[in-house]
Amino acid sequence: METLLAKDIEKSVKHGQKISGAEAVILSLLCEGVETVFGYPGGAIMPIYDALFQYQEELRHILVRHEQGAIHAAQGFARVSGKVGVCMATSGPGATNLITGIADAKIDSTPLVCITGQVASHLLGTDAFQETDVIGISMPVTKWNYQVTCVEEIAEVIAKAFYIAHSGRPGPVLIDITKDAQFAKAEFKYKKCENIRSYHPVPKINHDHIKQAIDLIHQAERPYMLIGQGITLSGAEKEVKAFVEKSGIPVASTLLGLSAFPPDHDLYVGYLGMHGNYGPNVLTNKCDLLIAAGMRFDDRVTGNLQTYARQAKVLHIEIDPAEIDKNVKTDVAINADAKEALALLTEKVNNRSFPDWLAEFRKCNKLETEKVINRHIYPDQGELKMGEVIHLISEKTKGEAIVVTDVGQHQMATSRYYKFRSNKSNVTSGGLGTMGFALPAAFGAKIGAPEREVIAIIGDGGFQMTLQELGSIFQYKVPVKIVVLNNNFLGMVRQWQQLFFEKRYSSTEMVNPNFTTIVSGYDIPAKKVANREEIGQAIDDMLAHQGPYFMEVMVEKEENVFPMVPSGACVTEIRLE
Amino acid sequence: MYFLWFPQEPVLQKLDWNKDMENKNPDPLVDKKTTLNGTPVAEDHQEKIFIISVLTENKSGLLNGVTIVFTRRKVNIESINVSITEVEGVSRYTILVRCTREVVEKVVKQIRKLVEVLGAFVYEQEEIHYQELALYKVQTKHIMNGNKVEDLVRNNGARILVIEENYIVIEKTGHMHETHAMFEKLKPFGVLEFVRSGRIAISKSKRETTTFLKEVEEASKIKINK
Repeated sequence: METLLAKDIEKSVKHGQKISGAEAVILSLLCEGVETVFGYPGGAIMPIYDALFQYQEELRHILVRHEQGAIHAAQGFARVSGKVGVCMATSGPGATNLITGIADAKIDSTPLVCITGQVASHLLGTDAFQETDVIGISMPVTKWNYQVTCVEEIAEVIAKAFYIAHSGRPGPVLIDITKDAQFAKAEFKYKKCENIRSYHPVPKINHDHIKQAIDLIHQAERPYMLIGQGITLSGAEKEVKAFVEKSGIPVASTLLGLSAFPPDHDLYVGYLGMHGNYGPNVLTNKCDLLIAAGMRFDDRVTGNLQTYARQAKVLHIEIDPAEIDKNVKTDVAINADAKEALALLTEKVNNRSFPDWLAEFRKCNKLETEKVINRHIYPDQGELKMGEVIHLISEKTKGEAIVVTDVGQHQMATSRYYKFRSNKSNVTSGGLGTMGFALPAAFGAKIGAPEREVIAIIGDGGFQMTLQELGSIFQYKVPVKIVVLNNNFLGMVRQWQQLFFEKRYSSTEMVNPNFTTIVSGYDIPAKKVANREEIGQAIDDMLAHQGPYFMEVMVEKEENVFPMVPSGACVTEIRLE
Repeated sequence: MYFLWFPQEPVLQKLDWNKDMENKNPDPLVDKKTTLNGTPVAEDHQEKIFIISVLTENKSGLLNGVTIVFTRRKVNIESINVSITEVEGVSRYTILVRCTREVVEKVVKQIRKLVEVLGAFVYEQEEIHYQELALYKVQTKHIMNGNKVEDLVRNNGARILVIEENYIVIEKTGHMHETHAMFEKLKPFGVLEFVRSGRIAISKSKRETTTFLKEVEEASKIKINK
C-alpha cells in the first residue's frame, strides 16, 4: 500500500522535472505514508510551509501554539498509532523548543522525525538571525540527526530518518534543512531505506541463549516476570500472554508497560516501581528468577541496585544491547525483539503453575487493598481523592480509553488505579518526567487514534506549563477530554517535602487562576467539581459529550501517593503509609 | 624562564608511568575478554588503561557524537586519534581512557549505538601493538655546546627532525612512559614545547577489516521474524 503510494507520488512528478527541496520534503513525507504533521512556521522553514500549502489535502498540518506542543503531540500520536510522529519547526528558538520533547522521546523510545529549518548554508556559523547549532544541541538526545545543505540529499535523508526512527529500539531523529536547500531544485526520486551498513536494529537471535533461558526457567521455583514498553513497541502483547499462561509465571508491569497486559488476568500481579504495588515490589527480593522483557531497570523500578533482586537469577530479554548488564547484571541475556524471543520461549517452555508463589502476591495485594487501595478509591468522607476519581473514570470507560497523563501525583494515581484493558492506551512521560506533556500529547493521541476515547489527566501545575495548546484543541476541534486534578499544589514535590524535607513547603503552593474561565475562552465546555455527590454524574456528562470537554476536579490538598519506595531505598523498604 | 604550555599536566600526574607498565601483568580479578558479547563479566572496580578502537563511516560531526558518550559519564579521554583505514570511507578512532572495565564496557556499548559506528572494541595494553610519537623543541645552543643532548637523542632512539637557527625539534616514537622519560631527561636543558600524539594501535586479531565489514553489512540486513 505504502509503496504503491510512493510510486504514485513519484509519477506525479514528471520525469526529468525538477522540484524544490521544500516540495521534496513534503513528497518524501507522503511517500512514508505520513498524513499528519504537527508544527509551527518561521523564517527558516517558510519554503517548506509554502510547499505544504499546495498539499493541504494530502498532508494535514496541525498548527500548535508552541513548538513543545508540536513535539509532545507527535509523541502522543506515535505512542497510540505505532507510527512515526512527525513535527516541524523553524530554526533557532523553534528548534530549541523541540529539545525537551526530543529528550523525552529518546528516553521513552518513541519514534519521531523532527524537521527543522536552518539558516542558509552560507550563513552557518555566523550567528545569523535565528541560527542555533541544533545538530550540536540535539546530538545527545536524538537517535540520529543530520543537517541537509544540498537539495539532492533530501529524499534519501528523510528515508533514512524514518527507517532509523522506527526500527530496533525506536527513537527521535532530527533533520535540519538549510533554507537554500529548501529553495534549490532537483529531480525527485524516493526509495524507502531498507538497511544501513553501520546500523543493526535487529539482533540475530542466539539460540543457545534461548536454551539457557529455558533451563533457568525450568529450574526456578519462584519465577517472576517484569514487562515494559518493549512489549508494546514490538507488538508482543499476545506473545507475552501466551508465554506466562504456559509457563505459569506471575507478571508485573513497569509504568510504560501498562496496557500491554490485561489487568484482570489471573497471572497479572500489578504495577512496579516507586509508587507501584506492594507485592510486585517486595517479592522482587524473594523470587529466584527474575525475567525482564522489554524494560531497562530504571532506578524508579529498582531502587537501590545493591539490594535489588540479589538472590535471584536474572534473565533479560532486550533489543538494545547497551541495556543488557547496564544496571542489573544478567545470568542469561537474550538480545532480541521481545515478540520474536517470547514466541521462541513459549514454544520450548514447560507447562507449569506456581499456586503457592502466586498466593504470596495475592496476600500482599490483600494487605495493600486494605491499607491503601480501599482508602484511596472508596473514601466515604473528606475531600475528593485522586484515586477515587481515576477509579471512577476507569470504571465508566471500562478501562478502554486512551489515558494520557502528565507528571506527578495524578500520574501515579492513574497508573495505579486506571485499569488499562486495551493496548497502546497508556501515554505518559516516563523516563524524562516532563511536566506539560499531557495536554499536547492527548490531542496528538486523539489524532493518532480518532476512533478511541482520549482522556488527558493532568495536575494543576503541569496544565499551566502547556495550557496554550487549548488553542490547538479549539482550532481543530479535537474531541479530547481534559481532566485537571487540582490540589493547588505541586503535589509530588510537596509530598517529598513533607516526607523528606520536614514539611518545608518551599515554592510548591500554587495560587491558581479560574481554570474554567480560561477554558471557556476557547469555547470548550468546562465544569468544575468539588464534591463526591457530583463526580459520577460529571464524568458521565464528560464522556457523553461529543467535542472537547474540560473538567476540573478539586481534590484533597495534602494527599500523598502510597505505597512509596523512597528514592534510592531497597524495594522491600516500601512504605504503605 | 620558558613558558611550558602543558594542559594535560593534571592528568599526567594521575598516571604512574612505571605502574602503567606493570599493568602488563595479568590481574587475576579481571575478566580478560576483549570483545563484548553481552555476557556478564567479573566486576572490576580497579581503574586501568583501556584502548577503545572504533570503526566508523566517515561522517562529519560523528566525533562529537562519540565524545558525548564520554562527557556524559565524566570519563576523561586521555588521548584520541582519528585516521583513515585501509578501507576507503572508513575511519578508525583510537581512544585511550583510564577507568574501570565496567565503565569502559558501558561506554563502548553506547558508542556502538551511534548509527554511523561500524564497530567498537575495547582492548587492554597487552592485546594490541601500539605506538605514540612525541616532539620536543629545545634551544639550538644545547646541541652546539657539548654533546649531551646529542647523546640523549642517540641513546633514546630519537632523531632530530629539524634544526633551525634558534631551536631544534627532536622526534621520538615510543610508548607513553618512554616518550615521557625522554621529556624528563630533556627538562634540564629547557624544553620549549613538548607534544605527544594520541596513541595509535593495531590489534593482534587475525580478522581483517574487510571481513569484519562484510559481517557488519550482513547484520544490517536482518529483519524481525514475526
